[in-house]
Amino acid sequence: MPDSSMRSATISVLVENESGVLARVIGLFSGRGYNIDSLTVAPVERDGSKSRITIVTSGTEMVIEQIKAQLGRLVPVYRVLDLSREGPHLARELALIKVVGTGNARQEALRLADAFRARVIDASTESFIFELTGATDKLDAFLDLMRPIGLVEVSRTGVAAIARGKTAIE
Amino acid sequence: MDGTILSTEVMKSGAEALLRALKAQGVDVIFGYPGGAVLPIYDALFQQNAIRHILVRHEQAAVHAAEGYARSTGKVGVVLVTSGPGATNAVTGLVDALMDSIPVVCLTGQVPTHLIGNDAFQEADTTGITRQATKHNYLVKRSEDLARVVHEAFHVAKTGRPGPVLIDLPKDILIAPAPYSEPSFAPHRSYRPRTMPDAVRIAEAIQLLKRSERPIVYTGGGVINAGPEAAKLLIEFVRLTGFPCTSTLMGLGAYPASDPQFLGMLGMHGTYEANLAMHQADVMLNLGARFDDRVTGRLNAFSPGSKKIHGDIDPSSINKSVAVDVAIIGDATEILRALIAAWKKDSYKQDRAPIAQWWQQIDVWRSKQSLRYTQNRDPGSIIKPQYAIEQLYKATRGRETFITTEVGQHQMWAAQYFKFDKPNRWMTSGGLGTMGYGLPAAMGVQIAHPDALVIDIAGEASILMNIQEMGTLAQYRLPVKIFILNNQYMGMVRQWQELLHGNRYSESYSEALPDFVKLAESFHAVGLRAETVDDLDRVIAEMLAVDRPVIADICVDQKENVFPMIPSGAAHNEMLLGPEHKADSGGYTGKSVTDEGLVLV
Repeated sequence: MPDSSMRSATISVLVENESGVLARVIGLFSGRGYNIDSLTVAPVERDGSKSRITIVTSGTEMVIEQIKAQLGRLVPVYRVLDLSREGPHLARELALIKVVGTGNARQEALRLADAFRARVIDASTESFIFELTGATDKLDAFLDLMRPIGLVEVSRTGVAAIARGKTAIE
Repeated sequence: MDGTILSTEVMKSGAEALLRALKAQGVDVIFGYPGGAVLPIYDALFQQNAIRHILVRHEQAAVHAAEGYARSTGKVGVVLVTSGPGATNAVTGLVDALMDSIPVVCLTGQVPTHLIGNDAFQEADTTGITRQATKHNYLVKRSEDLARVVHEAFHVAKTGRPGPVLIDLPKDILIAPAPYSEPSFAPHRSYRPRTMPDAVRIAEAIQLLKRSERPIVYTGGGVINAGPEAAKLLIEFVRLTGFPCTSTLMGLGAYPASDPQFLGMLGMHGTYEANLAMHQADVMLNLGARFDDRVTGRLNAFSPGSKKIHGDIDPSSINKSVAVDVAIIGDATEILRALIAAWKKDSYKQDRAPIAQWWQQIDVWRSKQSLRYTQNRDPGSIIKPQYAIEQLYKATRGRETFITTEVGQHQMWAAQYFKFDKPNRWMTSGGLGTMGYGLPAAMGVQIAHPDALVIDIAGEASILMNIQEMGTLAQYRLPVKIFILNNQYMGMVRQWQELLHGNRYSESYSEALPDFVKLAESFHAVGLRAETVDDLDRVIAEMLAVDRPVIADICVDQKENVFPMIPSGAAHNEMLLGPEHKADSGGYTGKSVTDEGLVLV
């Protein structure tokens, strides 16, 4: 019997940077009912000809293999890499976090930010904006702590990921 | 195709560059319908003779005609339609071609680039709408991309797992001068389908096959798509191994239906022997089929005891619904070639005793004659639809015959009773199940094979979905024969309502039907009708004798159902047999269709 337990997968997709390519990838996920937990995309070649899409998804082993095969057969896709399967990898995201408050709460926010190595990138008398980079669970933990002390707004980039070691995606 | 362009020549318009690229791709016929956005292409077509244009009556039909052309020739079918409604009307045909992996290039007009996004007259976001309806699509925004995109589109359409590719052409691009470049032989930047199988996987497959005791070969449309060589190799492999062979609806004709090693079609309306052999097999070799739900029935009960080998050109077809033990990615021709070579080279001698026993078991299943029916031959008796197909088959033997179908009961009866011995002779909408497919597909086949006998086996409901194409048949004097099994019902809908919905025939009666004889005549065709069994052979003979389009309206038994049938959600060994087998249906009556089964289509 196929393994029916769910797993999370971080998949890097190197694509031709052409119009509609992101729509093809997203359409594939929505059309076939796959999850998207996080998605990032940006050009990565100096001439802007290729983009890298990082998708965090979840499903059974069979579904994740399907997702990779489906991505792989899109015409503008160069390479599909399942980072969670092919050795160790690094995954990071960046969040901009607005916290509003005065007095003790304000002090507490700064202390926590220091502990998490979040940078203050904007401050007013009643607010801070923190910039925090890290793994998804680190960001989640920071946000959980900030919530009771004045968290009002978050903007997250989604996950960018890369394999450890000297091997490159191509 | 990047930067390796050898020579370029500036053509006086994009339309001219387009036609030149089509010619370079070997296009000799286009199925299309004009409109504002594609007028420059029609103007260029008018001024040349190399490419013939077939004017259809509806854009959906243009795509099905191109599919018929492609499936009967192995070449890419080409469609030309205008922007907006022209493109949206083509969508059903595109999805049909996508589901059945048929190589089609569809050229759509588009409003000029500066008007895109302005809700201009006859503007539609064609590339957006067809992104999930095509294998790939392009919007040409720069004249210098035009020729390259056309060449690339043909390459994508016909290689790997074939499919429809759409090119959206803004009118200003068609008018402005455009450089022309010849097709490049450099590999595509990102699209490189794998065709050669992995030798290790082939060895694993042979290891399993040689030690099998109850093997079965299960083939699909992939073998047809791979070309006639694949069908030849399939015959060689099946004869070499002495294994039984079954086929999906899409694969019919790859292995000769009249050969004793062929078990008939499998699946929902497959034969008893094919389905039970699948169920009991210990090693299954799937070539170019995709474990479609019409084939597998209930997944957790599908061929439960078999080791499964799956050869397919599309990696995403592997382990999609059925987990397999050996996956071989590659072209069916190459896989078969490698399997034959490896089988011969392998010194292990298969124990033939269990195989002989397996054939004995299959013969027991076969003796059930699951396609048996009774035709009363007394004059005035009502015609059984199965009998009509059998008589048609007999009357056409020895002629170069191509069959297309619409969708429904008649389609299944055609698949069951018409025996295909060669590939590319059977054109049916398998994946999408598009009613209205058969007539336009037959047009495309007849264009490609002007001297062949082309028959659309139809139902009275389906045929009305693209009946306007009778006009196209008349205009181009295409002697397509339309053989309507007329039971005055959307028969398959009626059958399901009978079996699953308590005989409540909701909206499935074909009320207010036209007089098909008069309809034929009004479209300059010949109309014939068989009302009783004694009319049938005469009508078939007359239909085949006429060198003009014919509609033969065959009035058949309204109550007849397609059997055998695996009800939705049931397993292969829970097959319903027809009334002929009431006494021995193994106690399974179909009443036990589960709620889970009821939601399946």
